[in-house]
Amino acid sequence: MQLNRRSFGLLAAAAAGATALPRAAFADEALVKEAIMAFTGGVEPTEGGVTLGAPEIAENGNTVPIEVSAGDGTEAIMILAAGNPNPGVATFHFTKLSGEIAATTRIRLAKTQDVIAVARLGDGSFGMTRREVKVTIGGCGG
Amino acid sequence: MSNVKPRVKVPKKAEVGEIITIKTLISHPMESGQRKDRSTGELIPRKIINRFTASFNGETVFWTELEPAVSSNPYIEFSVKFPGEGTFRFEWVDDDGTVYDLEKDVKVG
Repeated sequence: MQLNRRSFGLLAAAAAGATALPRAAFADEALVKEAIMAFTGGVEPTEGGVTLGAPEIAENGNTVPIEVSAGDGTEAIMILAAGNPNPGVATFHFTKLSGEIAATTRIRLAKTQDVIAVARLGDGSFGMTRREVKVTIGGCGG
Repeated sequence: MSNVKPRVKVPKKAEVGEIITIKTLISHPMESGQRKDRSTGELIPRKIINRFTASFNGETVFWTELEPAVSSNPYIEFSVKFPGEGTFRFEWVDDDGTVYDLEKDVKVG
């Protein structure tokens, strides 16, 4: 039987109608894409407009500090973890009473993966950035 | 768990228009629903704080939707442009419907 992981992934991605992504983790990326589209209402976000601060290497995946920020007028910033069982992490909503458009929290990462931030910017467009975090001991365990 | 305890750090005084940082933490296991009980092998049901809201004199300032990927004892830090004397109210909503809350007064000065 030569139905290996990669060809299975290709089949699954094709079946889900996902656009081609040059990555092995097709299933994960399909879920990520779904979460982004739900947040943006189907609009493809452009690169940039939001910054994401995260450690390059996290020794403990159970509590990884992350920080997001964006320009004035930004309404919301969503955080996703592409390699967790479910990509959703948190969504911050800002108002006209907000000071800086920035928030910090601590998240769980099951393994080494990309953390993604998507922002609904002041002009109604969407910006996105991603950053790899290497995880030594994964969170979500049990 | 009855030992859920919210904590907030807010300055006692601030100038009007000053940007103040608010740090919040609630002691809560954030049970993800992915973990298995080691003795029985059964999944431990999900029980998390799924929403955090901060308001000032009744007006929402900032809110967050949380998923199981937020660490236990969820910590959230954000900032507010201080509008003038008043009361900040912080609310955390548990999956079981319980709302934990805390209020902090901030004076001008």
